[in-house]
Amino acid sequence: MLDIVLLGLNHKTAPIELRELLSFSKEETVAVMEGLQKCPDINEVMLISTCNRVEVLLTTSNTINSVNSVKTHISEFKKIPISKFEDAFYTHDGKDAVRHIFRVASSLDSMMVGEPQILGQIKDAYLTTILKKTSGVILNRLLHKTFFVAKRVRSETGIGDHAVSISYAAIELARKIFGNLEGKKVLLVGAGEMAELAVEHLIRNRTGEIFVANRTFERGVELSNKFKGKAIRIEEIPDCLKVVDIIISSTGSPNFVIVRDQVKGVMRSRRNRPIFFIDIAVPRDIDPDINRLNNSYVYDIDDLKGVIEENIKDRNKESIKGERIVDEAVISFQHWYESLEVVPTIVALRNKIDTIARTEVDKTLQSLNNLSDNDCQAIHRMTNSLINKILHDPTIFLKSDGCYGDRFAYIDLTRRLFNLDD
Amino acid sequence: MEIVIIFTIFFYLMSTAAYFAYLFLQKNYLNRAGYFLLIAGFLCNSAAIFYGFLKSGLIPVHNLHETLVIVGWSIACVFIIFQYKFNLRILGIYAAPIAAIVMIFASQVSSEPVQVKNIVNNFWLIFHIASIFIGEAFFVLAGGLGCMYLAQEHAIKAKKHGFFFRRLPSLELLDTAGYNCIVVGFTMLTIGLATGLVYAQMVWGKFWSWDPKEVWSGITWLLYAALLHGRFTVGWRGRKAAIMAIIGLAALLFTFFGVNFFLDGHHGEFTRL
Repeated sequence: MLDIVLLGLNHKTAPIELRELLSFSKEETVAVMEGLQKCPDINEVMLISTCNRVEVLLTTSNTINSVNSVKTHISEFKKIPISKFEDAFYTHDGKDAVRHIFRVASSLDSMMVGEPQILGQIKDAYLTTILKKTSGVILNRLLHKTFFVAKRVRSETGIGDHAVSISYAAIELARKIFGNLEGKKVLLVGAGEMAELAVEHLIRNRTGEIFVANRTFERGVELSNKFKGKAIRIEEIPDCLKVVDIIISSTGSPNFVIVRDQVKGVMRSRRNRPIFFIDIAVPRDIDPDINRLNNSYVYDIDDLKGVIEENIKDRNKESIKGERIVDEAVISFQHWYESLEVVPTIVALRNKIDTIARTEVDKTLQSLNNLSDNDCQAIHRMTNSLINKILHDPTIFLKSDGCYGDRFAYIDLTRRLFNLDD
Repeated sequence: MEIVIIFTIFFYLMSTAAYFAYLFLQKNYLNRAGYFLLIAGFLCNSAAIFYGFLKSGLIPVHNLHETLVIVGWSIACVFIIFQYKFNLRILGIYAAPIAAIVMIFASQVSSEPVQVKNIVNNFWLIFHIASIFIGEAFFVLAGGLGCMYLAQEHAIKAKKHGFFFRRLPSLELLDTAGYNCIVVGFTMLTIGLATGLVYAQMVWGKFWSWDPKEVWSGITWLLYAALLHGRFTVGWRGRKAAIMAIIGLAALLFTFFGVNFFLDGHHGEFTRL
């Protein structure tokens, strides 16, 4: 019986320096997988490499040997001594390996629980595996089940609900204020990674015109080209407040860039349409008193962080439900996996044919009532020998070593062909 | 008759329960259950009114019992239309219990019809009553939306994102929905008052007789007129509009109940205990 083994490291066991060293590009992944497939003990293999984890999933007839060959292989490939990463490596086999891959794909094992990218990354890794034909019946089934579980966890629990990054949290808030962000005008004051990210999210929500104000006008023009917006001078901000709905500010200015009276002054000409300030700068750019004005809302970086903390707490609560779904799936996978043994399959096949034959013979004998007991026994004997003869070759084939390696594929095929799992 | 009212109450209460369950569990089928239960209640409620109409040949608004039955009916009716248009699910936890409470109240007061003189049952009266009640039901919804707006605005301003923040829709939606309710309510109220005036002229020979109900209706009308005027001219919206909608609702309730209990007038018979 083959064993499912998963070994590797992740953000919990290895620092970023080590993960960087061991991360594999797509080409490297292919090379490693092909190399590993040549190892005599390894049957099927798949490699997952993301910025937070490097994991090898394989089926093997000899767990210890294959774990060692994976380690040596990685060490040779990356030219790092095994001792350097060995401590960070974990090895799961059987049920634990199945559970682990389910949890990873469902984003229950992620640094940020519920982040959606990991599922896509595993799908990519699996696609590579398929193209290189390094996976077989067991891994194929396991991965399909994995995607199914991940989808279920996402749709049935709230682990993906509510933003856990500053820029997403800001967008979510904007939605609570404006409902639909379509056509809302945006002003970006200053620049910075987080602010630009927020603007990109806003554009994805089909907001309207983007204005960019920057201390150096040239940089402003540069940024506005990036967002297909319009650059304005810092002095024009008060005028701009009359038309924009969302302001994202992250300048290095020591003083407030926008003060209460400026906003108060424009509210009338805005006809009190709501205005939302997102202040990512430290020290702050937006006068917090603006939040007290009617129909204007100010969130600074700490407020947004507070929102995120709440959301993270919620996600962690939801992840308990996710674990339950994973546990269920592990049990049902295990059930399938155990059915791949040769003997139960042969027994099930025999039972199935036996039942069919008996039912049919009984039906026929009932309508032929002028037969003697001897005749009936002869018919029964003939039926039994038919069954034996029919099943002889398939049984030999399944038991033989001739199909070794692919035996699981044949067992699986047999079970499906004769519908033995129902 | 009684049994229909009891069924109505039962359905409204079930709908309330479903909407509250939806509030906590956020399962879509609960919201749908609440909606359909409310429609079932509404149909029973309509049957009760229709029965009253068949019995007397008049719109059944001759005592507090019948009036309240119509109030419950109007609220359910307006909410069903509103829900269909805006799909503002959470409002169910406001509309369904109000309809239920009004109907329970209705079932508790005497249903002995008052003998009224000088009732001419004509087109103007039917129009007067129908538009006033529908209009008022819209104002009731607007008041509820105003409360929700204030709650949501507080959550956003105070940066405390609790239970309701997650469940309440965006400020913009609450504001627009409330505004639409007031526009429709105001239109209906205006039609109702105008037809009332015409009716008064036909029956009593004068348009306006300084009856307390008339005066208070006028005050309510002016309040909502001011709110709409403010919105058109200087853009009163958000918090101010929400507060005005709540004040308007208070004035409306006083016009409906207070005037009858504390003051006198020619509407009194219909709504006194």
